[in-house]
Order: sequence, then structure tokens, then C-alpha cells
Amino acid sequence: MTFINYASREINCKIVYYGPGLGGKTTNLQFIYDSTAQQAKGKLISLATETDRTLFFDFLPLDLGTVRGFKTRFHLYTVPGQVFYDASRKLILKGVDGVVFVADSQRERMDANVESLFNLELNLRQHGYELGKLPYVLQLNKRDLPNVVSVEELRAELIRKDEPVFEAVASRGNGVFDTLKAVAKQVLMELRKTSGG
Amino acid sequence: MAAPVVMYEEEYAQLKSAITRLCADANAKFVFLVDKNGQQIAAHGEMLNLDTTSLASLTAGNVAATDGLAHLIGEQGFPVLSHEGERDNIHISIVANRVILVVIFDERSSLGLVRLRVKRATAEMNSIFDAIDRKIDREREMGFALDSPFAEITEEDIDALFS
Repeated sequence: MTFINYASREINCKIVYYGPGLGGKTTNLQFIYDSTAQQAKGKLISLATETDRTLFFDFLPLDLGTVRGFKTRFHLYTVPGQVFYDASRKLILKGVDGVVFVADSQRERMDANVESLFNLELNLRQHGYELGKLPYVLQLNKRDLPNVVSVEELRAELIRKDEPVFEAVASRGNGVFDTLKAVAKQVLMELRKTSGG
Repeated sequence: MAAPVVMYEEEYAQLKSAITRLCADANAKFVFLVDKNGQQIAAHGEMLNLDTTSLASLTAGNVAATDGLAHLIGEQGFPVLSHEGERDNIHISIVANRVILVVIFDERSSLGLVRLRVKRATAEMNSIFDAIDRKIDREREMGFALDSPFAEITEEDIDALFS
């Protein structure tokens, strides 16, 4: 839920990266953190297990700049992707302004992608959101691996509403910022729409 | 998309004044208001180098997880959380059902004093948040957002953010 502070002239929006376990959500945030100038980012918080699997969430605050005199900040969150962390995923989705679904392009992860997407829609509905009405981008990650499903097949299975789709290799940064820009732009355009602009 | 949460200048000043008073009355090191979604609202205290953005996000996560636990065992929620450290302690409570009040204190104060002062400050802040809600409702009735920064935003403005 966007937060507009007229006193400090700040706008804060929340973007959540969703997807199956080990799909690349945390890798997206880590690349964004590593590539962003010091003055434009806060600390990257990662609440993870000893084996670096996301336990609760990753959090990265980003300063995008100023719009009409208002500092525009995006708070990026990832959810834990492993199936049994559903209760935590539900909590992280609360107040979301935009979602990135990070799909794992590997053939053997196709079922996990579909299950995770279904889970996203269910959890959003429980918070009163509809994926069809929310700023949303689909990222097809791990395009560099040899056992990947074709983009056409992934699109056929995973596209929900004509959302922008980006191919990515998050470990190298390919497609990471394109994805982020696309969802951030959608969030801001949606805010303009709801303000009667 | 849900309507944005808004903080107006007048009410922000009142909240800042309330937490400044609370910080002094409770002999606290730092007092912090966080929206339940993890956005920082206001802060006051001597911990000038504190990473308040991380504090906001982690506090909201903490409260959300605790709420989840409460519902699991059939409770409505745990409106007060307290963490005791070696040197500093944290008192977390909910204000107006949607804002988290965080008080960090050390041996110069006590949990009892903090709880007493928080109770008084909470009543004051509840009425400030009621006033904010009334203002937002009035705007909705009139059919426009007061000075919304987005009303005149253009695609070029947005593209410029990413250039």
C-alpha cells in the first residue's frame, strides 16, 4: 500500500518478488543491491537459514529519485519460495503495490512455477487483491541453463493477463533492471490513475 | 490498487510532538512510529545513526509474524511485545490498529515506566489517526485527492526516474 508523506515529501511503494524456491528472487535483489549507487540504496536485509535459503524475507529499500518534489522510494521484498513457508508469504504480501513473478525456466521446475503462481493468486485474493488489477511483471529466469523450457511454452503456461515478460539471467544481472523498471513504472502509472490524473 | 496511506503535515507535526514528549517522559533512547506495512512514519531520540528503514521493515515483519502466531492459537493478537537485551530493550505496541509504536530504552528507564507512558501517548495518537481518517474520508466524499503528487505526473516524469 503506497505511503504518501506530505510532511517529509516522500512516496513509498512496496514491490514483492514471488516465485518457487531457488528460482532467483533473492539473486535479483542481490544484483540490484550490488549495482546501485550507495546514496540510492539502504541496507539489504536477508532473513535466511544457515544454508542461505530465504526464511522470512529479503528487504531492499531503493531511492529512485524525485517526482514532482516527492522523493520516490521503492521497498523491494522477496518471499521464501519453499512450499512450506506459505504462512510467511501471506504476511509479506500485505500492502503490496506491485509483484514480480520470478519463474525458473528449467524443465524440471515447471510444476513448481505453476504451483507458486497459483499460490500467489490465492494469497493475493485473501488480502483482497486481484492479480488482474495489480501491477505485475513476469520474469523468466535462468535462460542460460541447458535444460530450459522455451519462452513460448513458459509464456503459454504462466502468462496471466498480457503482463510484460522479461527473459533473465539474474546471476549475471541480465533482465534484472528491465524487470524492476517495468513493475515500478506500472506502480506509478497506477497511482496516477487512482489520483484522477 | 488500494488507496494510498497518507500522512498530512499538520498531523505529522502532532505525532512528532507526541513521540518527542513520550521519549522525554519515558526516559527513552528512541521512539519510533512505523506503519504496519513497514513504512516509517516518525522518529525521535538520541540514536542518530540508527538505520530506521531497516528498523521499520523488521519491526513490521516481527509484528506480522507474531500476529500470525496469535491467530494460530486462537488469540486476536498480541498488542504488546517486549524484548530485553543486555544493554538496550525494545517495547513494541500497536496504535490505532494499524501503526506500531517502538520504544527503545536502557537502564535509565524501566519497562513499567515505558508501559505507563506508552498508554498515555497511545490515547493521544489514536485521536490524531482518527483525524487523519476523517480528512481522507472528506477527500473521498469530495472526489479528489488533496494535492496528490500523482495527479499531474507524466510518463516523461516516470521515465526520467530510470534514466
